[in-house]
Amino acid sequence: MAQITLKNLAHSYLPNPKGEADFALKEMDHVWQDGGAYALLGSSGCGKTTLLNIISGIVRPSHGRVLFGDRDVTDQETAARNIAQVFQFPVVYDTMTVRENLAFPLRNRGMDAAYIAARVGHIAQMIGMEDRLNRKARGLTADAKQKISLGRGMVREDVNAILFDEPLTVIDPHMKWELRTQLKQLHRQLGHTMIYVTHDQTEALTFADKVVVMYDGRVVQMGTPEELFETPAHTFVGYFIGSPGMNLLEATVTGNRAHLHGCEVALGASYAPPSGRSQIGIRPEYCSLTSGAGLPVTLRRVEDVGRHRIIRAELFGQAFNLIAPEGMAIDADMTRVVFAPDKINVFADDWRVAAQGAV
Amino acid sequence: MDKTQNNKAWFLVLPVLVIVAFSAVIPLMTVVNYSVNDTFGENEFFWNGLGWFEDMIASDRMHSALGRQVLFSAIILAIEVPLGIFIALNMPKKGFWASFCLVLMALPLLIPFNVVGTIWQIFGRVDIGLLGHGLASLGVDYNYTSDALDAWITIIVMDVWHWTSLVALLCYAGLQSIPQAYYQAARIDQASRWSVFRFIELPKMSGVLLIAVLLRFMDSFMIYTEPFVVTGGGPGNSTTFLSIDLVKMAVGQFDLGPAAAFSIMYFLVILLVSWVFYTVMTTLDNAETK
Repeated sequence: MAQITLKNLAHSYLPNPKGEADFALKEMDHVWQDGGAYALLGSSGCGKTTLLNIISGIVRPSHGRVLFGDRDVTDQETAARNIAQVFQFPVVYDTMTVRENLAFPLRNRGMDAAYIAARVGHIAQMIGMEDRLNRKARGLTADAKQKISLGRGMVREDVNAILFDEPLTVIDPHMKWELRTQLKQLHRQLGHTMIYVTHDQTEALTFADKVVVMYDGRVVQMGTPEELFETPAHTFVGYFIGSPGMNLLEATVTGNRAHLHGCEVALGASYAPPSGRSQIGIRPEYCSLTSGAGLPVTLRRVEDVGRHRIIRAELFGQAFNLIAPEGMAIDADMTRVVFAPDKINVFADDWRVAAQGAV
Repeated sequence: MDKTQNNKAWFLVLPVLVIVAFSAVIPLMTVVNYSVNDTFGENEFFWNGLGWFEDMIASDRMHSALGRQVLFSAIILAIEVPLGIFIALNMPKKGFWASFCLVLMALPLLIPFNVVGTIWQIFGRVDIGLLGHGLASLGVDYNYTSDALDAWITIIVMDVWHWTSLVALLCYAGLQSIPQAYYQAARIDQASRWSVFRFIELPKMSGVLLIAVLLRFMDSFMIYTEPFVVTGGGPGNSTTFLSIDLVKMAVGQFDLGPAAAFSIMYFLVILLVSWVFYTVMTTLDNAETK
């Protein structure tokens, strides 16, 4: 087990990258704690699989170094890095039994038979496949096969990290929940560093202690689910996380006031005048409809999703979402919206601006 | 779920049945007719029952032709299948050289059988052939027209040259369908090259290999044109395979009754062996699933 350090890491698939646009991964400097559960979250094509493949050694980065602990592994092969990886589609050795599949990584490393047997038994119990150990892997269902892949990833005790590349894509929704819970449990039991790539925010937020959000080849934020929700570092994090995402409004910010379309909105703190394009962001959860003072909204539609209702509205000609608690009456004269001042985030050129006197 | 049975669908198959009847079944029936009768021409037939079949089963000539045929097919399969797999494993996976190799590999398959025979007939000649003359100048005593072993080697090498591509191309297609993740997983599991072949590549190729083995068995068991052009069945009878012997009997000696009985048995043998191959290989496949 080891801490993973990415030092000035960048990658381009082109031989001679010219501008920043040529890079699939823009330069980054990060430290991934030993034993942490990380989720790499981002839309398709944002570079998350590239980053994962660089860590696993399948892709060699064009710039920068990868360190496991103090050891520079940039030029090392996948096998030498001693990591485990679980792929998007189940990779099992069809002609082997479940037992042989689980034992394979150990056997290739010449471990002794008694140790292998004990280890395989232990893992089989964890993934709940003890009763099927002697079956051929071929002919098992997709989720059973993916469990074997997970098991094969965890059978070695000394791995530096276990990497998951969207491992639950092929699994039925009800099994997803079960496997995700199992993974979380296994992480607690084994304490390996785990990195989980996904584009599904529910998966990321439930699995990880720390979520790494990627956008356009860049890590835009690395934080706990709460931090991502409350203080998104980038507008992308704002609208990618949350359902529906954050409302972003063009506004001029002066001191602790924001001005938009001739209206004034109170902010929770004071801000230095932001440079560039300035926006304020507010989560639908922190907006409420009122018949008193506020910004004028036009309601379009109310979606009842059970626990709460999503109100699709229009504010200054722009789509705007609110969340109303269950049971709250929505009257015809509620045509104004107010924001919780301390929940408003200010962005300059898409990046979050810290309030004066705050971090 | 109850499915309604609609047997009217059979009528839709009728046209095919009629065409197949004219193209295959009726001509085959004339062969059946010859096999149970004796004839001296003039459309006069004398009932002979299973006499020709009994004669043929007891015939030494048939036994030795069958023996040569089985040996030939066994050698062909033993060489072409492993060699084809080996070539497929070593072919480039993408880029210009992949296309280049595919075209190169497909070339022998596009050459008509008798042309292949002619090429090798000339290639192996001691007086003017590159191979034959070359070997002779190196001091090798090679002559496929007089030495039975040389004749066999020539025909086997020719068949390998002609048909290994088929096995290789089929295997190549099987290999191309293996997702990269399998190789990456194997590298992470520190699998040896042999393990990768044994546990990933071979199982994924087993479907196409079954087809390759069946095709190569059937084709080699029925081989006629190439050895006929190169050696004409000689020297002596050493390369007289079943089909060559059959043609000699039917067209050369005009023994239509024995030839007909023989061709029916020939057909049944191919059918039987192909069925055995198929059943054994698919049940092996299923047994592994259990």
